[in-house]
Amino acid sequence: MHVGFIFLAVIVGSVLFHIFTPWYWTDIASNWGSMDDTITLTFWVGGGVFVAVCLFMVYCIFKFSYKEGRKAEYKPEDKKLERILTWATTLGVAALLAPGLIVWNQYINVPKNAIDIDVMAWQWGWQYRLPGEDGKLGSTKVENINDNNPFGIILEDINGKDDVLIQSDVLHLKNNRPVKILLRSVDVLHNWYVPQFRAKMDAVPGTITYYWFEPNKVGEYEVLCAEYCGVGHYGMRGRVFVKSEQDYEKWYQEQETFSDLVAKQEEIEFSGTKLVKNNLND
Amino acid sequence: MSEDFNDNKTIQAQSSETISGEGVRGVAPDKDYVRPAEVADQDLYHGHSFITKWIFCQDAKVIGVQYFLLATFTGIIGLILSWLMRLQLGFPGAAGFMTAEHYYQFVTMHGMIMVVYFLTALFLGGFGNYLIPLMVGARDMVFPYVNMVSFWMFFVAVGVLLASFFVPGGPTGSGWTLYPPQAILEGTPGSGMGIILMCVSLILFVAGFTMGGLNYLITVLQARTRGMTLMRMPLTVWGIFTATVLAMLAFPALLVSALMMTLDKVLATSFFMPTILKAGEVLEYGGGTPILFQHLFWFFGHPEVYIVALPAFGIVSDLISVHSRKNIFGYRMMVWAIVIIGALSFFVWAHHMYVSGMHPWFGFFFATTTLIIAVPTAMKVYNWILTLWKGNIRLNTVMLWCLGFIVTFVNGGITGIFLGNVTVDVPLSDTYFVVAHFHMVMGIAPLMVIMGAVYHWFPLVAGRMLSEKLGKLHFWITFLGAYSIYFPMHYLGFIGVPRRYFEMYNSPYITSAVGVNEFISMAAFLVGAAQFILIYNIIVSLRMGKPAGKNPWQANSLEWLTPTVPPEHGNWGDKLPVIHRWPYDYSVPGAKDDFIPQTTPPSEVAGTEVEKT
Ligand code: HEM
Ligand SMILES: [Cu+2]
Ligand SMILES: [Cu+2]
Repeated sequence: MHVGFIFLAVIVGSVLFHIFTPWYWTDIASNWGSMDDTITLTFWVGGGVFVAVCLFMVYCIFKFSYKEGRKAEYKPEDKKLERILTWATTLGVAALLAPGLIVWNQYINVPKNAIDIDVMAWQWGWQYRLPGEDGKLGSTKVENINDNNPFGIILEDINGKDDVLIQSDVLHLKNNRPVKILLRSVDVLHNWYVPQFRAKMDAVPGTITYYWFEPNKVGEYEVLCAEYCGVGHYGMRGRVFVKSEQDYEKWYQEQETFSDLVAKQEEIEFSGTKLVKNNLND
Repeated sequence: MSEDFNDNKTIQAQSSETISGEGVRGVAPDKDYVRPAEVADQDLYHGHSFITKWIFCQDAKVIGVQYFLLATFTGIIGLILSWLMRLQLGFPGAAGFMTAEHYYQFVTMHGMIMVVYFLTALFLGGFGNYLIPLMVGARDMVFPYVNMVSFWMFFVAVGVLLASFFVPGGPTGSGWTLYPPQAILEGTPGSGMGIILMCVSLILFVAGFTMGGLNYLITVLQARTRGMTLMRMPLTVWGIFTATVLAMLAFPALLVSALMMTLDKVLATSFFMPTILKAGEVLEYGGGTPILFQHLFWFFGHPEVYIVALPAFGIVSDLISVHSRKNIFGYRMMVWAIVIIGALSFFVWAHHMYVSGMHPWFGFFFATTTLIIAVPTAMKVYNWILTLWKGNIRLNTVMLWCLGFIVTFVNGGITGIFLGNVTVDVPLSDTYFVVAHFHMVMGIAPLMVIMGAVYHWFPLVAGRMLSEKLGKLHFWITFLGAYSIYFPMHYLGFIGVPRRYFEMYNSPYITSAVGVNEFISMAAFLVGAAQFILIYNIIVSLRMGKPAGKNPWQANSLEWLTPTVPPEHGNWGDKLPVIHRWPYDYSVPGAKDDFIPQTTPPSEVAGTEVEKT
């Protein structure tokens, strides 16, 4: 009978592990609590099925293990039982699917007031671009990327002139304001992922992908690349600071825009000396 | 021949008609009548030299064993690679030579080997070859020569794959998914010869596999013996048959994607390559899309999961039935579930791509189809445990593996519902939750079935029993060990640890998991080592095992009913067997024994309450 006991221990152990695990969600810091909720629901339903099926199995081990001379039941089919099980399963599955689809619908429809953020990825790093006063990002082209135009902004595009350029992997976000992350990559696939925000999407070269979230907890977070992108994948990190409105505005005002950068470069070319740089900082 | 057949029909009814007691045209029905054969008995090529008998052999049984051995060999390489990876993950830096390059090469080769060169080859090439002709009552596969070529193509494919370890740059390190552009660009290890050899090896594998696959299909459709109707075939054959249909339809997608990627690499075409900026320079590619590759890959990749799973489903159904001394519950439902799962598996591929950047509306469609598949799959699970219900369960090694399969498969199936349900997938995709899920459901669960099958059919292949004692030891270490590797691993995914990370650095929520990672690695070493118990068991039992005799498990299905054990070339001696029933007549009320083999004619078991099949 020990076989039954060991299987029983495995099942009980799994449930206990789940209840007492010290390793679980990293505390959420965005609006996607609904994702956690769907997972919790799935845990209850799925976990229930797992435990029920396994307990049934264990019961059979205890009750029906081999005895000389006993005969098993001979019953090829039970139409009614099979029908009940089919419909019950269908119902359970539908109950899980519905919330999944509803939340997905929210996930792919971005709120109107979201701030667009251009997240540009390459092997192996990130940089960001925020819209300027006009609230719009200028369009870009991989071919345009060079030292003077690190984001490859199309020069004729008016919207691009006042874009705020952040040539570092540290992004600042305003607390309680939705952001639309616009992902692009200049070489291979990447994925801008902050576990606390729950959301993610691949950055795909040749196209722009997006997702949105609303940070709701001031703090510092680590960005991880979540799509394999070559040997540097595991080291492709970044940081996000979620700030209160005031702190954010202060930081935002200090950033350089694309026109600043162009002006700076023209200045450098014009004077032929880097000393000018100091004058620009006021 | 067809004339005979027609004549016969007018005089005598078919067995299923006679059982219900209605003769045709008033002629007294012959209870044991079975339709005559429609095709002549197969002529076989008999090898005479050592080479034609054991190397370039045309006997499906030998080819099956060859497939089995070669697949196991590559599987052991995959296992060793997993040890090295776990060493790095549990104890970073412990293996001095382990660089990130090596890690990624090992992940890639491990994944590809395990899925394609180990599990697929083992289930279809190994079990398929050995069991199909025996179970349907054929003398061999219908095209023995092509079958032989199939194995040798596989052999060459493995050779090319392993050769990539020795070329400059080493094997590809692009992940088993081989996603471009990364797979063919510098920055990924083995992006030169490595990836080319991988593509060539896959192309060879698919070509060779197609030869074998056509054999399995046509043998099942054309070479069944008299009385072996489709609905009297063991579920093992149904599983392998349906998986082969899937393989025939899915592998071409892999073939073309490998081909197109080779062209992108070698001739600089741009099927999958958009404009790319590397090291400050725009490459000569442009206009292609990486997402196309992902669609092609997963159009193969998802059915591939079922190519591994369906044979496992079939085999485990038969093992459970034999060792519970009970018919499989709901046979017809089981057959239809296999077929429906197989068909649906072609409509769910993009559930691997929810966060790939494909059009987000696809998410609705693929989440729905994916969860629909859960229904027939759940039905299979219910039927397995209902087969145990009121059975007379032998708790031997074979049954233990089956029980282990049920636990791991249900566990992995449930986490599949997490990942299939779009939104739930968003936070979990590309984390260790995924790694835990797919190892549980398509790594460990099918492995449990393979082990069960080895203990079950070894007596047939070798004529001797394996040691039960060692078998049970092997089972408990493997089952408890594997479960403790993968169960806690799900929780790493919740923390947010991404997969394919060579090192975690010191991210705060990741360092909290150092302890689990060490524990998982230790368990992985133990489980890997335990597999050598089986190898030892096999070697010892081959010489000293208890002689198996005929039909040691008292099974009904045909493979145990050959005139000699192990079966010889041609399988059936002078006369092909004639089938009178399905293979699940166990514990029939009124019968003397608790099993009635498929060849037993109704007249011999008159007075039993056997169901018409
Ligand atoms: C005890 C045995 C096994 C151990 C310890 C093991 C361990 C691992 C590890 C450490 C990884 C890399 C995870 C990462 O860095 O993302 C991995 C990946 C993988 N394994 Fe296993 N594995 C085992 C058996 C199997 C089996 C039987 C299969 C067959 C399906 C399999 C299929 C895969 C696949 C497909 C990948 C993904 C490769 C990739 O990310 O490209 N493994 N395994
Ligand atoms: Cu990456
Ligand atoms: Cu899939």
